[in-house]
Amino acid sequence: MFKILHAEFLAPGIKRFLIEAPRIARKQKPGQFVIVRIYEEGERIPLTIENSDPQQGTVSLVVQSLGKTTTLLNSMGTGDHILDVVGPLGKPSEIKQFGTVVVMGGGVGTAMAYPTAAALKQAGNRIISIVGARNQELVILEREMRGVSDVLMITTDDGSYADKGFVTDKLRQLIQNGVRIDLVLAVGPIPMMKAVADMTRAEHIRTLVSLNPIMIDGTGMCGGCRVLVDNKSQFACVDGPEFDAHEVNFEVLVQRNRAYRNQEQQSLAEYRREHESQVESREAEANGVCAGQGVKQ
Amino acid sequence: MTAPTKPSLNPVPIKDRMKLPRQHMPEQAAELRATNYTEVNLGYSEELARQEALRCIECAKPACVRDCPVGVKVAEFVKLIVAGDFLGAAAKIREDNVLPAITGRVCPQEDHCEGGCLMGKKVKPLGIGYLERFVADYEQRMGVRSLPAVAPTGKKVAVVGSGPSGLTVAGDLVQRGHKVRVFEALHELGGVLTYGIPEFRLPKQIIREQLDYMRAMGVEFETDVVVGRTVAIDELLQEEGYDAVFIGTGAGLPVFMNIPGEHLNGVYSANEFLTRINLMKAYKFPTYDEPMLDLHGRDVAVIGGGNTALDAIRSALRLGARKAYVLYRRSETEMPARAEEVKHAREEGIEFHTLVNPVEFLPDGDGWLSAVRCLRMELGEPDASGRRRPVPVAGSEFEIPLSVAVIAIGTSANPIVQSTTPGLGTDKRGYIQASPETQRTSRKGVFAGGDIVTGSATVILAMGAGRRAAQSIHDYLTTGDW
Repeated sequence: MFKILHAEFLAPGIKRFLIEAPRIARKQKPGQFVIVRIYEEGERIPLTIENSDPQQGTVSLVVQSLGKTTTLLNSMGTGDHILDVVGPLGKPSEIKQFGTVVVMGGGVGTAMAYPTAAALKQAGNRIISIVGARNQELVILEREMRGVSDVLMITTDDGSYADKGFVTDKLRQLIQNGVRIDLVLAVGPIPMMKAVADMTRAEHIRTLVSLNPIMIDGTGMCGGCRVLVDNKSQFACVDGPEFDAHEVNFEVLVQRNRAYRNQEQQSLAEYRREHESQVESREAEANGVCAGQGVKQ
Repeated sequence: MTAPTKPSLNPVPIKDRMKLPRQHMPEQAAELRATNYTEVNLGYSEELARQEALRCIECAKPACVRDCPVGVKVAEFVKLIVAGDFLGAAAKIREDNVLPAITGRVCPQEDHCEGGCLMGKKVKPLGIGYLERFVADYEQRMGVRSLPAVAPTGKKVAVVGSGPSGLTVAGDLVQRGHKVRVFEALHELGGVLTYGIPEFRLPKQIIREQLDYMRAMGVEFETDVVVGRTVAIDELLQEEGYDAVFIGTGAGLPVFMNIPGEHLNGVYSANEFLTRINLMKAYKFPTYDEPMLDLHGRDVAVIGGGNTALDAIRSALRLGARKAYVLYRRSETEMPARAEEVKHAREEGIEFHTLVNPVEFLPDGDGWLSAVRCLRMELGEPDASGRRRPVPVAGSEFEIPLSVAVIAIGTSANPIVQSTTPGLGTDKRGYIQASPETQRTSRKGVFAGGDIVTGSATVILAMGAGRRAAQSIHDYLTTGDW
């Protein structure tokens, strides 16, 4: 059992949890994730680690309500317990001096990009961050990202905050302005990561994406999270989650993430029917409806 | 001068024992069990067990004991059954085997104790597995736990993985007074016994009972710890005060076929298919949240001919599959699955297609599997495994319409522990190198056994490695010699 020490909404449908997990806190490195199971009948899902505090023995997770499990998790609060939290899983991000790194976070993907951005900054890189969201309310971790970036650019799809447009618009501007870019890290919805990959492929800019396929054990045992990279099977949980964006087959990723869509919708609908009043009050608390970003985060 | 022999308690004259028929294991009717998840074999009654035990011809040098990887004193426990002392028989097995209710169900006895049984040369061998299962279940029903009292040695051992090898090490060492803590990566204990072997062959309740027994003996368990990620082997030794570590992380990454279409939805590894069902209880969706494709009215095939393949396809049948096929590239003679499992599967309606090799998974146009294209094979010269190599028959391509395909062709080494433990020797396939006698690795105080050393094998062979490791760890802890 893992205790929730603190929980707060960062945006409508996006919640940050501070969890007591001393073993994970001690070992976590940027780019890694955890798998959680909330209760006995629950499924196992991968979640982003935003950061950790080895002294306090805590890790901070950022969760977006999308399916039943994330919706249920986001109804939990301070003092509640999560049945299982296992990690840190996946290969850590490669941290070294690359030069100028563009870190791109789309929606809740910003939470996954943040610790890597911080470590890359620490390693002496110049960090240009581009954070995008559908609207002002859904822009998360702005202050944190500003703290680790030499330049921070923000886009919203509807123009309700900062610049109207997509994160790729900003990347295109950087490229057109002749800014030397040594590495791009993009974490967010699959269409965003694919758009970034297409743009940088033509420019021969090394680009990494962090993938989030359907996963069960997270230790390489089941092979459910296999992705097609350079036309070969790779397991996101042990070979990733970061991969060379130019080699990832995003169509296969989209197709495989769709496999259980009917069952996922059925679970969520049943959960909502059973907990309608609860869901409504929680949404009122969060001041809005949850955002669909197309990632199973 | 010969040693005085104890008079036999068996009233049947030796010459008549071979005439007694082997007692059948009662089982659920095939048409009924194909639709449920309840255990296939129902177990001997006391009367059946006694009848079967009477068949033992009490060899002077029992090959059954010699051929048991953990050295269960078969001849002695069978005598105790003849005498009616079922609890004594259970205690006798426990001297060498900490998981008798499990091995009594899943051990390939035909390759070990029953394979060595002298009676097998003339008639059917003694039903040793059935008898082991009977006394283990009897002991559980009686609620008796014979817990040996031992003085603590003050030594601490970490066991990585709670599968058959790890549990054996833990059970053996705790009975010698060492403090043992078992680390498990998943949320449930038992390793392959839990995520791999289905309920209808090994009920989870049996595993829980064995684990309770181990807890009562003093073994500690910690789940949700991926050793190598959550904590390193060196941290266990240097910072957490363990005097020795046993690595029993088991069969690793599933092997795929590297043929076109393997990424289509509906194509699974056996590990994923079985994990969804056994560990995550996806067959109880939506009561359990983990989803599973609805197999009702769909055609499913498993590729491979081992016990895992049969576990997968028999599970698919129970989940409502219309047609359930085994596709195997060699002939039935080479099939590694246990004969009993093949027989059970066939009775339940599984169709076996041998000398068939898939070459491509075909899509339906929307990302889902619609068929598998296969080649017919014929047997050529023997290969490295000693079995005749399957060779494709030219122009023999054909297609089988399918909704789901499960790939059960083996595993490769999981690298997590090896890559995070400096100085731990591995072979060229990435498995951990350990002495076959002592299970010692290249790192002082670190032992390894089971599938992470040998590659995929059986529960009992992993337990055999666990026994040797426990002895060797005990020697190391008491002498300090490496």
